[in-house]
Amino acid sequence: MSVPPLQNKPCGGRYGDLIQSIGNTPLVELKRLSPKPGVRIWAKLESRNPTGSVKDRVARAMIEDAEDKGLIGPDQTILEPTSGNTGISLAMICARKGYRLKVVMPDNVTPERTQLLKMYGAEIVYSPGDQGSNGAVAMALDMAAADARYYMPYQYGNEANPRAHYEGTAPEILEELDGNIDAFVAGLGTGGTLMGNGRRFREELGERVKIVAAEPMQGEPVQGLRSLDDGFIPPIIDLSLLDRKIFVTNRDAVIWTRKLLDEEGLFAGVSSGAIARVAVRIAGEMDEGNVVFIVCDDGWKYLSSGVYTLPVDEVENLESTVWW
Amino acid sequence: MRLPGSLAGAMATIRIPPVLRASVGGERELNAEGSNVGEVLRALADAHPATAQQIFGADGDLNRYVNVYLNDEDVRVLDGLDTPVAERDSLVILPAMAGGAEG
Repeated sequence: MSVPPLQNKPCGGRYGDLIQSIGNTPLVELKRLSPKPGVRIWAKLESRNPTGSVKDRVARAMIEDAEDKGLIGPDQTILEPTSGNTGISLAMICARKGYRLKVVMPDNVTPERTQLLKMYGAEIVYSPGDQGSNGAVAMALDMAAADARYYMPYQYGNEANPRAHYEGTAPEILEELDGNIDAFVAGLGTGGTLMGNGRRFREELGERVKIVAAEPMQGEPVQGLRSLDDGFIPPIIDLSLLDRKIFVTNRDAVIWTRKLLDEEGLFAGVSSGAIARVAVRIAGEMDEGNVVFIVCDDGWKYLSSGVYTLPVDEVENLESTVWW
Repeated sequence: MRLPGSLAGAMATIRIPPVLRASVGGERELNAEGSNVGEVLRALADAHPATAQQIFGADGDLNRYVNVYLNDEDVRVLDGLDTPVAERDSLVILPAMAGGAEG
């Protein structure tokens, strides 16, 4: 039987191993989200990676980089601070490759993250939830410093993190839109997505492309530091690459997550709702062009929180949950 | 520069993070005047001196771990302390914090 050749580039492909299938995600236009006819909004569905998040790219890049450099010894345990997705990606990859993994995660993430990590065989150490991701970072750094049996990829400072996007996500988007990108919007967490894609787009397209960060407005419990000096800036972030940096409250993030579902049929995680909100704000300031935003993960890990089913004001712990 | 007797700078609202509230008598929100972000924050620091060393570094610029947002946008990627402030603009002061889900 003869089959016509596939015309659609991000068709999935054929791979000998699940890890190799990471990336090559679809880029989908969201027409109802666009505020004007001349401005097109495109969602890069990183939720379509094997464990359901953009972090598959990052975890693979960091593990393969460590393997290439001979940094993971036979008696070592991989240790990583995460708010969930990186841990889940590392857990799948470590399970496939036969490495032990321990993750440090705030105790106020959704229970699905704990379940997924355990399913993939990772060990979990909980950090105080009221310290957010920073608490997990601090605890993991202390553990790694105290015990040489840990190897910590450390996504916040590992150049393999932005490189996964510089060499992967960005060239895919450039090809998918034939280089016609006017604004790129992604979430600011470790900075990997923004720095890797941003650098590539700036090199290829110059100043025509605006690099825009959406960041979570921290809930009050997370802001409860002793001093502003207790803040943390991930080492891989270079603010000079950003044209805009806009925060989104958890409430707005949930409202826009619901909009993605109701108006576009896109079942995405809460941070993707925040990023979509910023993408639409940027689109509203343009007369024409293409706005690309990243859908970081799908919605399965947030189902128990009620964000898709409850009125937004009835979602429990809306401000204190670590959604990003 | 404002001349004496001329129209004062814009009155902006500043949202105070929990970590700074003890320094401003427990207030969650304050108003301060200035034509740019630096002037507004300096007016806040003049009225509540305990906030000064948290908000500003030794060089007079923003403390490295402080993010200040003008109408939701980080002023560091705008014009920093020179970013103009208009009447009824809102400023939010927050500690710089990392997430992790999107990287």
